[in-house]
Amino acid sequence: MTTTVPRSPAPASLRRRFLRLAAAVTTPLVPDDYLDLVAPLRAGADLRGRIVEVRPETRDAATVVIQPGRDWRGHRPGQYVRLGVDVDGVRQWRAYSVTSAPGRHHDPITITVKAIPGGLVSNHLVRHVRPGTIVQLDQAQGEFVLPATPPARVLLVTAGSGITPVMGMLRSGVLAGSDVTLVHSAPTAADVIFGAELRNLAAAGTVRLVERHTREDGQLSLADLAALVPDHRDRETWACGPVGLIDALTAHWAAAERAGRLHIERFRPTVISPGAGGTVTFGRSGVTVTADGSTPLLEVGETAGVLMPSGCRMGICYGCVLPLRQGAVRDLRNGAFTTAVPGDGVLVQTCVSAAAGPCDLDH
Amino acid sequence: MTVIQRKPVNPIAHLTAEDIAVIGKELDAIRDRVMADLGERDARYIRRLIRTQRSLELGSRAVLLFSLFPPAWIVGTAGLSVAKILENMEIGHNVLHGQWDWMRDPKIHSTTWEWDHVSPADQWKHSHNELHHRYTNVVGKDNDLGYGIMRVDEDQPWHPLHLGQPLWNLLNACFFEYGIAAYDLELGRNLKEGRHRDPEFRARARAVGRKIRRQVLKDYVLHPLLSGPSFLSTLAATFAANLVRNLWSHSVIMCGHFPEGVETFEKTSIEGESRGEWYLRQMLGSANISGSRLLHIMSGNLSHQIEHHLFPDLPSNRYREVVPEVRALFDRYGLTYTTGSLPRQVFSAWKKVIRLSLPNRRPRDRAGDRAAPALTASGA
Repeated sequence: MTTTVPRSPAPASLRRRFLRLAAAVTTPLVPDDYLDLVAPLRAGADLRGRIVEVRPETRDAATVVIQPGRDWRGHRPGQYVRLGVDVDGVRQWRAYSVTSAPGRHHDPITITVKAIPGGLVSNHLVRHVRPGTIVQLDQAQGEFVLPATPPARVLLVTAGSGITPVMGMLRSGVLAGSDVTLVHSAPTAADVIFGAELRNLAAAGTVRLVERHTREDGQLSLADLAALVPDHRDRETWACGPVGLIDALTAHWAAAERAGRLHIERFRPTVISPGAGGTVTFGRSGVTVTADGSTPLLEVGETAGVLMPSGCRMGICYGCVLPLRQGAVRDLRNGAFTTAVPGDGVLVQTCVSAAAGPCDLDH
Repeated sequence: MTVIQRKPVNPIAHLTAEDIAVIGKELDAIRDRVMADLGERDARYIRRLIRTQRSLELGSRAVLLFSLFPPAWIVGTAGLSVAKILENMEIGHNVLHGQWDWMRDPKIHSTTWEWDHVSPADQWKHSHNELHHRYTNVVGKDNDLGYGIMRVDEDQPWHPLHLGQPLWNLLNACFFEYGIAAYDLELGRNLKEGRHRDPEFRARARAVGRKIRRQVLKDYVLHPLLSGPSFLSTLAATFAANLVRNLWSHSVIMCGHFPEGVETFEKTSIEGESRGEWYLRQMLGSANISGSRLLHIMSGNLSHQIEHHLFPDLPSNRYREVVPEVRALFDRYGLTYTTGSLPRQVFSAWKKVIRLSLPNRRPRDRAGDRAAPALTASGA
């Protein structure tokens, strides 16, 4: 009997060797830096998408059709995608629900964006972005999804652009066999995103649609909901909308001891309003201290015994930059604020930045 | 007392402390205004530049595959030289200064960028951004004054070894990137002071070794090998391109602080320095090169060395725009804005290197008063 020495699979090691050689040829760059020039959406590249089309939906909302790169793994109805868009030269990351039904692997996806007054990215996407633009993408994520076997009776409660993840669910056809009621609020009939499509679904008997036009009918209250959908407690419920609505529903379903049946998505991220000073958390060092609005974060860290990277201490060498995971800081030289929410990937110069509210530094 | 004050004409004797404070405020205002205006067009500029540079490098390397054929050698070498110059000067130097960090694009960011240079980016950032830009032209603090191998100021002590400095300077120009790597490592001082066993120094030396190996493997082994029968001619072409890049960047950089007219400062002059005084030191310690738009781009806008030293993290494409205001400020406060054509400034810097290879002709009175405060020159 002979024994054989196990061999590593040849193709994989050949490929690895080829990649190593390619990297040695392009150093200090990597082959991707050159390939990105010609094929930014290829397999193996950082995930990106190309905007194919921007379709107006209402006067302040538009659907953006995106062709994702080859490595896009698809999405489940109700999930969102994080999008990195360059607005005025600065990369901004935002999350948007995918509104298209899951398609075949290389089908374009759509997101639908409502322009928030003063919103940097939403206004850019609704009014300024042009087809052909490359955007950065993350894989779809989020737990606001339907179970494998859809429940028999379903309630969907949405307001404004909260309709977007639910639209992905409705379009997917997963709820075809269920008894579905959708209660949707928007200021007027014209403001209902996907208004025509929703009314068609209702006419076809796919959903029972309750449109609430808040300009005339006022905000939806829990009493209204109880009147409109008497059996709402018995329905598996998905709700997406402003914080107030979601909080009220959460409390109501909890009080009815039905919390497990309510699935929620908050589509407005935490709003950060910069002030002066705040608690500074050095996440990896496990240190939290209170700082005033005029002491550089570098000094705050050093005083608290954190080993801080530092350099010129006057804002010119960029040797002290740290990732701001979340929070707001103020540039001590010119008073400019920088805010970050998780995923933004903002680096701040700690020697010239002070806390402008709670700050969470990844260090 | 500053070094400049020992010179026959003190260029800042006429300024009051308030003047210096106002100069600082005005420069801050210029910076803030441009910073607030950064946007789409700047992002387009750097992206287009990077795309152009990469296409040019790729194209030139492709042409060099046939470098056995003389026209291909010439075209490929010229293209690669320009690509390497753009990479080091207008892209690498400026990205590593954090000039494009505001875009939040991790691919064009000072914390992730690595350049086509034997000095690893992080070591260069420390010695250049942190030490040189902070201590600009402070004798004994700013090693850029002669890079520790030359004497470029009357106040640096003369040593017989300096007789050879015109030769060192020429050699340094030819192999400039290696000179910079040794400089960033503080190789001379670390070896002299017996720190070669120091683990921190060894780690940094190893990093430089790795970087050199990668650079050499790419330029002198892999690309020549890919050229097959053109092996030797591609090797020669790459060597020529590196030589051109080194000579060019050395010339541009010499023009920044060495020509006649720039001032140097004494160590004690920066104790307790105010922002206005720091600005003033940058204004007097730097020199510009005048020329065309092309020259500015090829020099990484270090032709605007004065503006670069005032605002090291301002995107380089904006230096040209702030020149009129900066110059007006110099004029208003009776300060000399040192500038000249490239040949003139290169000649001036070389003249100084040669002149100072010999001991000072007139030994200066070293017993001068040392009590006066820093850069606040009035009444000193």
